[in-house]
Amino acid sequence: MNASLLRVKAIVIKELLQLSRDKMTFGMVIMIPLVQLLLFAFAINTNVRNIPVGVVDHSQTSLSRILQQTVSATGIITFTHSYHSVKAAQAAIDSNEVRAVLIIPSDVSQRLVRHPSVGFGLPPSSKQETSRPIAQWLVDGSDTIIASSIKSLRNMPLTELLDKPANRNTATFEVTLLYNPEQRSVVNIVPGLVAVILTMTMIMFTSAAIVREQEHGNMEMLITTPLASIELMIGKIIPYIFIGAIQVSIILGLGYWLFNVPFNGDLAQLTLATFLFICASLVLGLVISTIAKSQLQSMQMTVFILLPSILLSGFMFPYEGMPQAAQYIAEALPATHFIRLIRGVVLRDVALVEMSFDMLWLIGFTCLGLLVAALRFKRTLD
Amino acid sequence: MSINMNIGKNDGFAISASKLTRNFGPLTAVSALDLTVEKKTIYGFLGPNGSGKTTVIRLLTGLLKPSSGQVSVLGCHLPQEANKLRLQIGYMTQKFSLYDDLTVKENLQFISRIYGLTPNEQKARLSELLSIYQLNSLSKQLAGSMSGGQKQRLALAAAVLHKPKLLFLDEPTSAVDPQNRREFWEQLFDLCDQGTTILVSSHYMDEAERCHRLAILEDGIKKADDSPQALITNLPAKVVEIEANDLRRIKDNLTKLPQVISAAQLGTHLRVLVKQEVEQPIHFLQQQSYLTKNDKFTLVRASLEDVFVTCTGKGAIAS
Repeated sequence: MNASLLRVKAIVIKELLQLSRDKMTFGMVIMIPLVQLLLFAFAINTNVRNIPVGVVDHSQTSLSRILQQTVSATGIITFTHSYHSVKAAQAAIDSNEVRAVLIIPSDVSQRLVRHPSVGFGLPPSSKQETSRPIAQWLVDGSDTIIASSIKSLRNMPLTELLDKPANRNTATFEVTLLYNPEQRSVVNIVPGLVAVILTMTMIMFTSAAIVREQEHGNMEMLITTPLASIELMIGKIIPYIFIGAIQVSIILGLGYWLFNVPFNGDLAQLTLATFLFICASLVLGLVISTIAKSQLQSMQMTVFILLPSILLSGFMFPYEGMPQAAQYIAEALPATHFIRLIRGVVLRDVALVEMSFDMLWLIGFTCLGLLVAALRFKRTLD
Repeated sequence: MSINMNIGKNDGFAISASKLTRNFGPLTAVSALDLTVEKKTIYGFLGPNGSGKTTVIRLLTGLLKPSSGQVSVLGCHLPQEANKLRLQIGYMTQKFSLYDDLTVKENLQFISRIYGLTPNEQKARLSELLSIYQLNSLSKQLAGSMSGGQKQRLALAAAVLHKPKLLFLDEPTSAVDPQNRREFWEQLFDLCDQGTTILVSSHYMDEAERCHRLAILEDGIKKADDSPQALITNLPAKVVEIEANDLRRIKDNLTKLPQVISAAQLGTHLRVLVKQEVEQPIHFLQQQSYLTKNDKFTLVRASLEDVFVTCTGKGAIAS
């Protein structure tokens, strides 16, 4: 047993020495989380602002211009172009010049004064004149996020327009938003980013680990020594556990200082969840490296795992919205379970015991993966 | 079967194999090889590229499983006892297989940790090895930046670090110059004197000649197996050197004769191997129309290369 530990230690020291000589990889350890965090945290925003839109003003009155200013004041859209006809406006949407067009009819004033929202009481809905909207939006509906942002303007109040109290409807439901009341996307993205970046770097590093030894011919020497395959596997992943820990600290630290992502949870809980996920990812990389025959192949397989980890894990789109088949795939990915855990710990301060399914899943995945990798790794050249 | 199970019980042999065969799909890389290697000797495998030398070494180190046949190395039956064997053998691969991005010292430290040396043992053994293999001044240099000869010394130091009883060397000198090769062999003789059995593969004749015993391999079949001197003495052929004009044409004509095993041009000479049954080789050659009495004929002593040529290729004769 002591000799076994010594052999694991030999591999760990060797990996650390090699890593310290490989400036590029060492740089990537720091740069990947740093740059990706800055990129994603600034770039990914589901609260869309300043969508470029056009206007077709058939009315050309002061009222129509005030209407435009009122809509513009919501901040959701910016009027960038003006068109003479609906046809020209549609051509502009086709050519992606604007995402939507507001069409103001010539009788906008009449429509407005009869509109229920300006406070003349609720008219019978059968009366066609009063149930007419005052203007029309023509939207490029292919992007659902843009479409729903403009749809949110459908019932916007027009109080300022006529300087009259609005005929407000009482809400059916009272909605209280916990954990992220300001609805900042970054709060949800930063913890998720930990999962994505760890998936990428951890799988990438270890998937190349065994293959590299084979490509450089070192394996032929290693298999003539008393080194057992499980010792080699464990020795290979230990250094990367520390690297994973560094990366997590960078992401959560910067998220806290730069983007004000709250850190509500317990540090020990976070460490435990992250440790389990790093192990699961490293082991997945090891399994890949026993299958791949070259470093190029191992890269291809890493990407094969990485894309669903980004798209299906709940990082970008809610898990609940996916069809059942996609949910099954998501369940198989370690990233899905970790995103649940880390969002739980960091944002909601959940005790991990309350999320024991995801914990046990990661532990099981690690053990099974280590077993598969050790069995697949052959000590003979057959 | 019962006879074969006794293989390896004899203390005099480091390696004994019988009917050792290895197939790769339809290809037979090693075919029914019988082999015994005495302890404390240097045993050579001589053969052209692709003759199965590396495969034999891999079979004997337990890296490959035999398709059939019995093999016992240092009393361990392969492949069942391959793990037990690993602690007792050293293997220097054909291609440099240590880490290019580690220094000489780091590479040796790595190997000594793998073999479980204590820090004190490690320190003593490393300083010993560094001085034996003249690596002291290079100890902080990255292995990847060293010359072929230096890499080879490092590889040998790593292979013998745990003092193996049996050392396998797969074409150890293919990347080094003659001077380094000479020093390398002196180190091998030192190791042999200290009790190590060495099995070395090569395609260099001068190297093969230094071995205590030699097996000539071709297409996975053992063609000859004896001491280099015995092989030369027992060569079933006579060697004649011819000095004449237009050696090229003479050579082409001679090789058509059934009595001639081979003819090879060496500078201004033509070295002709004539079958043993031809009693008067010079007289026989002089009778050929394209050779005259004015040409110079000399009967010379056979070399290991002549043995090699006689055993392998088109010149092979059933012995």
